[in-house]
Formats: sequence, C-alpha cells, structure tokens
Amino acid sequence: MEVLLNDFSPGLFVVQTILLLALIFLMVKFAWKPILNSLNEREAGIEEALAAADKARTDMQNLQADNEKMLQEARAEREGMLKEAREIKEKMISDSKEQAKLEGDKMLKQAQAAIESEKKAAVADIKSQVAELSVAIAEKVLKEDLSSNDKQLKLVDTMLSDIKLN
Amino acid sequence: MMQVSNTIKTLLQLLILCFSLQSFAISDTEPEGAVSGKEQVDAYILHHLKDSHDFHLFSYTSDSGERKHVGFPLPVILWSSNGLATFMSSEFHHDDNGQVVVEKNGSKFVKLHSKIYELDAGASSVNFDEEHHATNAHKVLDFSITKSVVGVLLVGLLMLLAFSSLAKQYGKKKIPTGFGRVLEPLVLYVRDEIARPNIGEKHYRKFTGYLLTVFFFIWVLNLLGLTPFGFNVTGQIAVTACLAIFTLIIYTVSGNKDYWMHILWMPGVPVFVKPILAIIELAGAFIIKPFSLLVRLFANISAGHIVVMSLIAIMFTLKESLGVAGATGLSLVLSFFITLIEVLVAFLQAYIFTALSALFIGMAVAEHDHDHEHDEAGHEVADTEDVRADFI
Amino acid sequence: MVTYNLIGAGLIVIGAGLGLGQIGGKAMEGIARQPEAAGKIQTAMIIVAALLEGLAFGALFLGK
Repeated sequence: MEVLLNDFSPGLFVVQTILLLALIFLMVKFAWKPILNSLNEREAGIEEALAAADKARTDMQNLQADNEKMLQEARAEREGMLKEAREIKEKMISDSKEQAKLEGDKMLKQAQAAIESEKKAAVADIKSQVAELSVAIAEKVLKEDLSSNDKQLKLVDTMLSDIKLN
Repeated sequence: MMQVSNTIKTLLQLLILCFSLQSFAISDTEPEGAVSGKEQVDAYILHHLKDSHDFHLFSYTSDSGERKHVGFPLPVILWSSNGLATFMSSEFHHDDNGQVVVEKNGSKFVKLHSKIYELDAGASSVNFDEEHHATNAHKVLDFSITKSVVGVLLVGLLMLLAFSSLAKQYGKKKIPTGFGRVLEPLVLYVRDEIARPNIGEKHYRKFTGYLLTVFFFIWVLNLLGLTPFGFNVTGQIAVTACLAIFTLIIYTVSGNKDYWMHILWMPGVPVFVKPILAIIELAGAFIIKPFSLLVRLFANISAGHIVVMSLIAIMFTLKESLGVAGATGLSLVLSFFITLIEVLVAFLQAYIFTALSALFIGMAVAEHDHDHEHDEAGHEVADTEDVRADFI
Repeated sequence: MVTYNLIGAGLIVIGAGLGLGQIGGKAMEGIARQPEAAGKIQTAMIIVAALLEGLAFGALFLGK
C-alpha cells in the first residue's frame, strides 16, 4: 500500500483526468456517434433488406405453389381425358368384335343350312337316279334271263330258296 | 485511407525531426556506465516502471569514456509553494539522485527517483536519512508533460485520427475500406460482446461511447508499452486510478432506485443483517470495485514489463555462466515468447477492464424484476451470480 | 514483520491459485460437456477469473 501511495502521482492523475475527459468528449462527438449511428442505420437497412427478401421468398413460394397446383390440375385433367379415350377405344373394339362374331355365326349357320339342303337334294337326286338305273338294269336282266323256261324256273327256285332262308 | 497513412507519415517525420533537433548528449557523472550487475538491472527496471520527465531513447559510452544519453527533454510544469514554475527537464541534466538543483521562481527543485521535490526554504542541497529519503524537501504538484502524458496524447491523437476517418468513410458509402475494415469489427466487438450483454439491450447505447474510448485507450497504450520506446502508461497507478474513478463515477451517477436499495437496504434478508450488508455493499461499490479495477490493470502491465525486462537482462546477468552467445540466445527466445503472451495480455486487460466496467454499469442500471438471492458473503458472490445470470 | 507479510502473500497466492484452478477446470468441463457454449463459458470464465485476480492483487498490495 505504501509503495502504491508513493508511486501515485497526483499531478499525473489530474493531467490524465483532463486528457481522458477531453478524449472521451472528442471521441464521442467525432467518432463514436457517427460510427455507431451509421452502423445502426446499416443494420436497420440490412434487417429491412432481409425482411424484404424473406417476403419475396414467401411470395415466390406461394406463386410456385399455385403453379404447382395448376400443373397438378392440368395433369389430372389430361389423365382423365386419356383414360376416357382409352375406355371408349376398348369399348368400341369389344363392340365391333362382338358384332363380327355374331355376323360370322349367322353366316356360318346360313352356310350350314344351305349345305344341308344341298346335300339333301343331292342325296334325293342320287336316290332317284339309282332307282331308275336299277330298274333299267333289272329290266335288261329280266329280259335276258326269262327268255327260256329253264332259266325262269331256275330263278323261281333261287328266289324260293332265298325266301326260305329268310 | 491515404489521408490517414499520410498523417501517420507526417507524424513519424515530426517525431524524427524532434529526435534530430532536440537530441541532447550530456556527460554523466555516474561512474557505473552501462548496465551490467544484478542491482543495476533491478534499479533499471524499477526506474523504467516509473514515469520519467524526459524521453530517453538510448545511452552509450563515448570514446572519451563519457556516458551519453540520447532522447529529448519534456516540459516540466510544477505548482510549488511560490506558484507556477515551468522549465525543460534537460535542466536536471539526467540527474535522478537529487544532486542537480534547479532554481525557478524562488524555489529550488531536485529530481529524486523520477519524482520532483521542492527544497524547503533555506536549504541549498538535499539531505538524506539512512533509508535514502529526503529530509529537507517535499513533493510538489507535478503537472509536467511526462513521458506518460506524451503517450496519452499520442494515443489520443492516433485514436482520433483513425476513428474520425472511419466515421467520415460512412458518410460516403455504407462499407468502410482499407484500415477502416480492421477498426469496424473491433468497434462492433466492443458494442456487441462487451456493452450489449453486460449492460442490457435497454441502456447500453448511452455507455457505449465511454466503453469504446476506454477499451481502445487501454489496448493501444498496453501495446505501446511493448514497443521499444519504453512507455509504461497503463502501469502508472495514477492513470489506472483515473480510469477506475471514471467508471466509479459513471455507475454511481447512473445507478437507479433498485441499485441503491440493494446497496443500502438489501431486500429479502433479516433486518439485523441489513446494516451489515449495507456496509459491505458500500465498501464493495465505492472501494473494492474501483480498487480491483485499478490494481488489476496496473499490476498486470507492471508485471508484464518486469518479466520482459528481466528476461532481456538475462543477456547481462548470465553472460558469465552461459557465455555471450548462450545468454543472448536464451534471452531472445524467452523474451520473444513472453512478448507474444504480453500482446495477448494487452488485449485481455483492455477487454477485462471494459467488460467489468460494463458489468458494474449494468448492475447499476439493471431493472430487478426478479428477487434473486443474496449471499451473506457480500458483493463478490453477488457479482458472480450476476455474471452468470447475464451470460446464461 | 516483513516475513509475516511474505507468508500472507504466499497464502493469498495459494488461495488464488486454487480458485483459478477451479474456475479453469470447471470451465473446461463445461466446454467439454457443451462445446457449442464454449464462447459464453470462456467469457464468463475470464470475467470471474478477473474478479478473483483483482481480489488477489488487492490483498497482495495491501499486505506489501
């Protein structure tokens, strides 16, 4: 403590007080006030700019969301239209298939019926022709075979044996 | 920016001019010559730690064996028993032992261990008692432009130039250029890391100017103390006392009702404890806080100077045991690293002085909405609590 | 007389050293636990250490 008090110079203290007061006054007036004011101003400016940027970003986001929504809607609409078209196409194909099948069936039946009737007619024709032919053959055979008595008797015998057998 | 560098250049030229014009070489009666022994090193360090009345740069021994000092004298302004006396310090002829008597305005002055004494009426030379204290002389009020005052003026001028040029830069554009880019973050640092958190968002603006001034004042002076010019301004107890008393006045004047109530009539404690706490708090507010501020800065800077100079003195004191090269090398390495630490300490002490000033101001202007606990141990505990409350 | 002062100074230095050790150690622990709060812890640490240092210096000078 003694050393401290001995080293303490009141004159220097007074001079230092005056100088420090002057320095504080001058620094506040010429340096700190303008510096701090402009720093505050700048900070306020930065804050404002940041807020504006924020706002712009949210606006942008909203806009983007709107766009997205519209795009979504358009896409959904397109999808719906495509689906409808596909359905129509399928329906048309299946309809035409069915119709074609029906038509084919019908034609087939007609053809079958025609064939059947032709066949019947042909069979009937063949039958009549066979009958005619057999009659003619029989006539010729009979004319040939019954020209003598022996032969007539022989035939009658044959016939009679056949009948017996039956 | 060019402007500032030009001004600095001009200042330097002026300084050199001063050296060349006013450098004075005066023969010395001291028989010892250059500093070499242990006692002389101690004396030299102690002498350096004190303020001096001339700006001493270096000394050498001329060919004829005379001791020459190079530097320039500073004006001495004294308020003696016969009124104001002014003369140049060169009139003491580098005497520091009370041998040379200067007579001005009917008073006789001597310089003894960096202090100027006025001889009592009728005496013609100083008499000493066995402890080497003068018996027939008394101290005078010494308003001299000492080396410390030169340092303060220099730093004040530099600060004004640097920061007013920074302030001017803002007028033209929003972002500073050149050296201003270094200064601006420092200003922001003091404002945002020291003033704002310690004082609080509501009141910090009023005190930022003072804190900024004090921070840069102490920091630059601390750094100036590390230069070879040998300033030891922040190691002068008068300077740190002045700074501490400024802080004391500021927080005493701006203290609000809560602050005074907490000092004089602490709420939340039994009545019989209140007067005891009031005494402790009063001592804390008016003695302990400023005393710790002034002593911390003074002791740290003085200790730093002593350590650096002692390590430099290894060059002389260990010359015999280690050899010239060994002693010089050791001294250079050690003092280099300690100087690096001192650069850090220079900033740290400026920061601590400013931060504690801000903290004390903050405690004085804080609005206590919480009824926080007070320990009977007194203000130190309250301090740490408040520190924590502010940082958490 | 001088010896007593020196003993007192030694005691002060021991006490201050212990205190500073506590402050530093606890701050390190805190930083290790919460590295993101390192800056705040350091600031608080320096200020508390400075308060202690002021006390120690004051006592040293009063004793001297």
